[in-house]
Amino acid sequence: MGELKVHRVRFFDYMPTAIRAMAFNAHTERLALARMDGSVEIFNFTDHYFQEKVIPGKDSRSIESLCWVGGRLFSAGLNGEIAEYDLENLRPKYSLEAYGGPIWTVISNTQGTQLAIGCEDGTVKLFEVLEEHIQFERNLDRQKGRIISLSWHPSGTHIAAGMMDMIRVFDVPTGHAVQRLLVDRGIGGSKSRETVVWSVAFLSDHTVVSGDSAGKVQVWDGHTGTLVKTHLVTKWDVLALSVSKDESSVVAGTSEGTVIQFQFIAPTLHQQDKEWVRTRTFKNHTHDVRALAEIETAIVSGGMDTHLVVRPLLEKFDEKSHASGLRKIHFPHRNLVSCAKKAGLLLFQFPGQLELWRLGDSDGHGEKHTLSKKREMEEIQSISLTLFKQKGEDHICCSALSSCGGWLAYSTVSSVRIYRLQTDNNISITKVLPNPELAMTTKCIHILRYTSHGSVLVFQLHCIVPVYGSCPSAMGIHPTTNNLTMVHADQQLFEYSIVEKQYTDWSRKLQKQGLHNVWLDRDTPVTHVTFNPKNPNQVVLHDMHMFCIIDQSLPLPDQKTQFYNQMTLRSLSEQERPSHLHAFKICKTFQDLLCVSLLDDQSLVVVERPLLAITSQLPAPVRQKKFAT
Amino acid sequence: MAALYEGFTLCGLVPTQNASDSPIQGIELDGDSDHAVVTDSTRSVTLYKVSDQKPLGSWTVKQGQLLTCPAVCNFQTKEYVVVSDNKVIRVWKDEDLNIDKAFKATVSADVWRVHSAPGGEPVVLFQRGAVRLLDSLLSAPQQPIEDVLSEEEVIRWSTNIVAEKQHFVLFTTEQKGEHFLYVQRLNPNTLQKYRLEREDSGAPPLSFSASLRDKHINLLYLYPNGCVYQSVVAVRGPVELEGVQTLPRSLRLRLPVGEGKLGAASAVALDEAHVAVVGMPHPSARTGKDFLCIWNTNFQTLQAGKEMVGRIHGPVWCYLGKLFVPHGKALSVIPYECQKSSLASALGKLRHAGIAVSKSSVAVPSWNSLLHGDQPQGPAKIVDTRKSKLSRKSQSATALNVDQVLELIKTGPVEEVQREVEALVSRGDAQDLQLSVGQLACHLVARSQAETAFYTPGALAQLVQTQCLCHSVCPDLLLLALEHKDYFLCQLCLQLFPDIPEVVTCACLKTFISVPDGDVEMVSLEPDSVSFMEGLVAAGDRGGQQNGFSPPLFEEDSCDAHHQPKPPQHQDKKNPTLQLEACPVGLHKAVLLNEVLQTAYSDNFLLPHLKDLNAQQVILFLQYLQFVYLKFSQDVYTQTPGLRSPTMTQIIDWLCLLLDAHFTVLVMAPDAKGLLSNLESFVKSQVKLFSELGKIEGSLQELHKMKLSKDISQYSIEVIELF
Repeated sequence: MGELKVHRVRFFDYMPTAIRAMAFNAHTERLALARMDGSVEIFNFTDHYFQEKVIPGKDSRSIESLCWVGGRLFSAGLNGEIAEYDLENLRPKYSLEAYGGPIWTVISNTQGTQLAIGCEDGTVKLFEVLEEHIQFERNLDRQKGRIISLSWHPSGTHIAAGMMDMIRVFDVPTGHAVQRLLVDRGIGGSKSRETVVWSVAFLSDHTVVSGDSAGKVQVWDGHTGTLVKTHLVTKWDVLALSVSKDESSVVAGTSEGTVIQFQFIAPTLHQQDKEWVRTRTFKNHTHDVRALAEIETAIVSGGMDTHLVVRPLLEKFDEKSHASGLRKIHFPHRNLVSCAKKAGLLLFQFPGQLELWRLGDSDGHGEKHTLSKKREMEEIQSISLTLFKQKGEDHICCSALSSCGGWLAYSTVSSVRIYRLQTDNNISITKVLPNPELAMTTKCIHILRYTSHGSVLVFQLHCIVPVYGSCPSAMGIHPTTNNLTMVHADQQLFEYSIVEKQYTDWSRKLQKQGLHNVWLDRDTPVTHVTFNPKNPNQVVLHDMHMFCIIDQSLPLPDQKTQFYNQMTLRSLSEQERPSHLHAFKICKTFQDLLCVSLLDDQSLVVVERPLLAITSQLPAPVRQKKFAT
Repeated sequence: MAALYEGFTLCGLVPTQNASDSPIQGIELDGDSDHAVVTDSTRSVTLYKVSDQKPLGSWTVKQGQLLTCPAVCNFQTKEYVVVSDNKVIRVWKDEDLNIDKAFKATVSADVWRVHSAPGGEPVVLFQRGAVRLLDSLLSAPQQPIEDVLSEEEVIRWSTNIVAEKQHFVLFTTEQKGEHFLYVQRLNPNTLQKYRLEREDSGAPPLSFSASLRDKHINLLYLYPNGCVYQSVVAVRGPVELEGVQTLPRSLRLRLPVGEGKLGAASAVALDEAHVAVVGMPHPSARTGKDFLCIWNTNFQTLQAGKEMVGRIHGPVWCYLGKLFVPHGKALSVIPYECQKSSLASALGKLRHAGIAVSKSSVAVPSWNSLLHGDQPQGPAKIVDTRKSKLSRKSQSATALNVDQVLELIKTGPVEEVQREVEALVSRGDAQDLQLSVGQLACHLVARSQAETAFYTPGALAQLVQTQCLCHSVCPDLLLLALEHKDYFLCQLCLQLFPDIPEVVTCACLKTFISVPDGDVEMVSLEPDSVSFMEGLVAAGDRGGQQNGFSPPLFEEDSCDAHHQPKPPQHQDKKNPTLQLEACPVGLHKAVLLNEVLQTAYSDNFLLPHLKDLNAQQVILFLQYLQFVYLKFSQDVYTQTPGLRSPTMTQIIDWLCLLLDAHFTVLVMAPDAKGLLSNLESFVKSQVKLFSELGKIEGSLQELHKMKLSKDISQYSIEVIELF
């Protein structure tokens, strides 16, 4: 393959926003996740934790809480509105003003017939869930002070509400508050500050578990309103609670970034009396854990440090396997960078703006370079940055740049815009009328990805690729052969000939032989597929930790061959090399990849976003006492 | 551990007229591991696919005819063989639909069973005990069949086993309340007859099960009183033993029977440690005898149990990890799993193997050999058990066994005891010794305590060296050795016993310190430890300096930023004791003290006993510890790997403990002053060292960071090479 010139780009200041809320749907095994910028993401836990859908945010929208009712997803936020999402078209379906001031929380009963919201003005409002809509039903007794958190008893007759300094238990049929549980304030200086009950959980045996801003997790008897047990777990806040399905375990997320598990077990062996005992502490976050979900085999957590952590509970696994490994999801499972191959332009997509950069001119073709010898650019050529400030308040869904660099397109939930670019000396932008044809050629992949589930539609319904059980995570159409290359969330790779309407021979051969286990065991999906314009046999794809050039003319690796073989090949002599080559050429030199693309002049563009750089832009974590500080 | 999994029903059963008979004659394997050939008690044979619970084929003989033996599969030809009406042998293939049209041959005598096993030809066992290979029989069906058994003798059970290309037919017979086992070898044909020992009640065995393990045939049989016995017959070995021998047996299990005796029950061996028993009561369930249980014969524990609905008919079969149990109106298939258990896993992990403990690692005995004398490992052992009764007398002529030696210890003269114990220890193998060594040692110690004149150092040392002994087995041993000033034995005990209490350690320490040097130097001690100490002392003689480097420990103020070598005479003046220090105790004494340093202890328990030492002893010991510490920290002495030596941590721990225990005394004692100030200077220099290290920590971290900072730049063009 030889030497490749690489443009190593690290100036894309992509900054994911903090995770605010989470809701897990045990039926469909989908996790809905809300971020601070109002965007909602849906992860499919049966399909390798793939980020299946993204509903872009909006400036005016904020989400405090998410709630599944059957297959429907509701959110509520501090703008005082309840919204339902259209999960087919990936947009809010409607939103409804609740007239109670900012809403802190939304929950549904187990039957899925009612929603309850907790408002700033101290009311708990019940909404009836109708076929296509929701309708206000009534208020429960209004309290003094805001309602921060709610939890519905599984039988549906009672609701526990976390407030300032107290927890109220409501009888739903009458609407009266039946219990008042006073929560102690913190000790020392925080005595004067009100305790916020950030989270409550109402268990079927009428036990109420609460987490509050004084750092306590408390267990109450909901019948008598008495305190059963207090666990002081942190000096800071306990922000989130989540109960396992069988109610034998509760996890609590704190401001210190820890997740603490409590289990309902007998404290000494062979004893019948069970109680809530603090058992394990997980520390996978550096900042506040704002959202938590305990699912069948794992604890899912997210918070201020923006990444989603799936921490499997090892006692639920019999053997160490791919599924029992810790998973951190840092980057979105889609492409935020597009590259004009001919013009050497890069387009970076932010929620509210686009940035256009021109790559430096490459020179010195004849010179020999080794990997260690790095050629710095003499100057970063005209950091010709153009800003498209998105005018409306809708955030950008996706964006694309044509390969000649002459056209630029982006879309929001409501509109598609296309611009003509002139980049000779000065960059000028002209808006053109939305022309569907043009938009589609560059963007069909993005648009279609979000509307298809499992199967892939090719534009203008030329044909339908056979359905595969896993979501496609990336695909690309070869510019010369018109072959469609698809990579799925379970790491399977297919090549489909659009002309012949069938899988290509190479794809069949690959499926017959099976992909190498090392390839299948990677835990981030491939997010981008591109091709070598000079050599039709070569496909370039990448995930977060590596990029790979697949050379279809070389033999496929079988399970026994060494998969990452670049180091071995380097050590071999020129004559021995050909016998050791295989089709997957993988390079792990670059990490935290957002985009890898091959330009027309055969140089690679690698866009990296080091996780350290993201961490350094986060606000400071809560102060923790360390030894001798 | 063993477990029974959720079972399933293979087929329904038609109850027989006679309630005590099993509705199933037999279940045999087919060539396919998932197939089972089930023969019912009357007329039909059915082939099942076990995992699918469905029949693949069924064959029935005509009305009026009766199958008298379970159908078997001829693994070589893939044909099925069955006998109807005692004399007609029928052979048919899978594809034959009608059994009546298949091949049949009538033989001249009544057949008891046809047996077949993978890797061997089917054999026919006649009711009178004769055995023929099926092929040779079918080639001449009317050949005369001889009588092997006497008139009243009837076959009760039979099986066949193929071991190392040797084909065996085993069958048991009953004659006038006596039971016999016949072992028929084929090619060459030999017949061996054994008598089974009579059970006290005189009841006949309920079930037999034979299995091949380690080239021995293990026969397991269950009596109605719940006893499960095992007998071992060697596959090879001295064959031509004339006459009827009594088959030695060992009790593997005594099952709780509840009220009355077992009716229809049977036991089958699953592996060397597990036995499945059906038709017995569950010890924790109150009523009913219809349980299937897996017992561990090593630990005598119930591992898994399952209630079977309906009456148990008796027999149980075990193939390929599944148990076939006919009960009530169904034949159930229950998968099971047995895992190996060992003493090591029962006791937890083996001791951490470090240099210090490598010598004293205790051999972990296996339960098999401990609980039951039987030895499934080697053929020699088996012969031994079989012959044991015969040969016991001849053995005793030459050497004494354990009991006799124990007798001898009580009264015999010192020399003879010494000789016999040594002979016994050197003769016996590790497994037998495990139990007897403790007894021997206790008896020897008891006699020595009773009679002051009686003391056998050699015998005791040899017992300790077997490594089968520990302090808790014979708590007086070490104290006795101290009393008799047997320092060699003390050293051995300290080295090899893992469990010496702190009070005894302290007693040893006290004795060692206060013993005059002259006394100890005479004693011969373990050579390795002596050579270690010699090396240590010799290192000191070569001088405390190497290459002009003086270790910081000597220099009270050398840790300043301006590090200047000080003139040696100044140092000598300042710390004369340190430079000229020789070992404060004699060589052998030091060796013994080292052993004390290396024993395991717990601070809390040791501290009160340390207070028993007087000031003089403490100072001497501290001086010795300081000496060793200096030697170690000088770095001049390079440790020989593999030699047993105290570690730096052990020395420092003992220093701290001693100071803790006697600090007030030491402060007051004038001759301890120099010592204490030296120790203080050590501590000071150590603290300084650490604070200096702390100072440069920041710079070291900077180095770390510099390494990372190489590509921070926002944009670069690089060249990589892909192959």
